[in-house]
Amino acid sequence: MPVAEQYLDSAGKGGFMVSSVGKKVVMAITGVALFGFVTVHMLGNMQAYMGREPMNHYAEFLHTMIHGAGIWVFRAVMLVAVVLHGWAALSLTLDNWKARPKGYRAQQLQAATWSSRTMRYTGVILGCFIVYHLLHLTTGQAHPDFKPGDAYGNFVTGFQQIGASAFYIVAQLCLGLHMWHGVWSLTQTFGWAHPRYNKLRRTFASVITAVVVGGNISFPIAVLVGIIR
Amino acid sequence: MSEKHINLTLYVWRQKNAQDEGGFVTYEAKHVSTEMSFLEMLDVVNEGLIRKGEEPIAMDHDCREGICGQCGVVINGRPHGPRERTTTCQLHMRSFEDGDTITIEPFRATAFPVIKDLIVDRGAFDRIIAAGGFISAPTGSAPDGNAIPVKKTCADLAMDAAACIGCGACVAACPNASAMLFVSAKISQLALLPQGQPERYSRVKDMVAQMDDEEFGTCTNHGECEAACPKAVSLENIARMNRDFIWSSLTYRPESGGSGGA
Ligand code: HEM
Ligand code: SF4
Ligand code: FES
Repeated sequence: MPVAEQYLDSAGKGGFMVSSVGKKVVMAITGVALFGFVTVHMLGNMQAYMGREPMNHYAEFLHTMIHGAGIWVFRAVMLVAVVLHGWAALSLTLDNWKARPKGYRAQQLQAATWSSRTMRYTGVILGCFIVYHLLHLTTGQAHPDFKPGDAYGNFVTGFQQIGASAFYIVAQLCLGLHMWHGVWSLTQTFGWAHPRYNKLRRTFASVITAVVVGGNISFPIAVLVGIIR
Repeated sequence: MSEKHINLTLYVWRQKNAQDEGGFVTYEAKHVSTEMSFLEMLDVVNEGLIRKGEEPIAMDHDCREGICGQCGVVINGRPHGPRERTTTCQLHMRSFEDGDTITIEPFRATAFPVIKDLIVDRGAFDRIIAAGGFISAPTGSAPDGNAIPVKKTCADLAMDAAACIGCGACVAACPNASAMLFVSAKISQLALLPQGQPERYSRVKDMVAQMDDEEFGTCTNHGECEAACPKAVSLENIARMNRDFIWSSLTYRPESGGSGGA
């Protein structure tokens, strides 16, 4: 087929959500929501270091803000973000596998990092972790001694189990790998590249990742060594 | 640097045609001058094969001076071989040591089907260009060269993008076989100049749509393309393409419907 006809053939196709770049943008926007959430979530949980009263008070505030509607609006937004993020990731990953069915005998990668190459795997682990985490500390089915309304108590008894704590720590390391590349990657997807800010983009990803992962990992450790009890 | 002679073992991908399964064949390359280019080394190997009555190794090449973008094979797992900013034709055998084994494979991507041995069909790139990688200008009344002012930094960035020779190494290097470095270079070289403005936001949409249709993968920002590119085309171009694509989507209106009620 002549080139011009092939072009006309495909000119009708291509909405935003079927386009590769469009899906990347979906991933980046939902990625901002997710990493914004994990950051605020970590800061909120820092109140565990202040003791039972402040933490449970904060939990109660979250459940009663805007007459109890707030948390449901928030949950709906997070659910949509996770589903869209996972959908875009799956769809793009399948396309990428199709684009290179046969690999090289010995490819020598030059620039890719551990973090960039494991995005899809750390992502799947995070997806599993999110489900477990909700069953553990939100609804309680995966918790040995769940007491509704006592966020602080559930937090402490939950992490006293070494297995649960270990899984949390592993999941947080995956989160670190995922965020470190993801946060940098999304700036690229939004087109925020400029020599003046390129170093800053990397630094920002590193700092935010270290803060979130460091903070989150400190919780199970603090419970296990008895700082929080 | 003085001339040396080295002996090499080559693992070369041989494939009769697009349908053939293909596989690696081992060749000994003896007494190779370090002053030969990589393609000259293959020429000598091919002369030996022809003399023995065997089929020579098919490979693409044209200018042999690093400007046409025809050459390009994967050498020891790196498109265009071990030297940065160097095409296969400009790679010299002094980059290798006596006794080295060298694996030579074609670029691998669904969008670049193998035609024979090391030659792949890069027609997908042509179709992407045909989808929008041009400007429309009336001919016959060429405007004065200096009539349109161009900012120096924009001219420089456009030239950097225009350095792309369309070799396809970026696709070959990308773990996702994404063509975004090439496509973004071809978009940027026009988007940065005044002459490229009228079609700027339809161009990005059309070229990205064609790129997707050709079954290239999607960028996950590994940066392998930039590292493999013989012309050092920058990842910044991909960011520019994404930015223009987002703007194009946000401001899209169908072309025929420009009534506006006035
Ligand atoms: C706390 C949860 C998560 C956070 C904070 C997060 C964050 C991000 C961010 C910021 C990006 C970059 C988007 C871009 O490249 O423009 C990203 C990419 C990605 N995410 Fe997630 N994500 C999370 C969960 C998940 C889950 C559950 C999956 C899998 C189902 C997943 C799979 C991916 C994949 C495959 C990419 C693309 C990799 C790439 O661009 O290199 N993520 N994520
Ligand atoms: S961007 Fe670089 S690697 Fe890709 S086609 Fe152009 S010159 Fe080749
Ligand atoms: S043969 Fe022209 S660039 Fe190598």
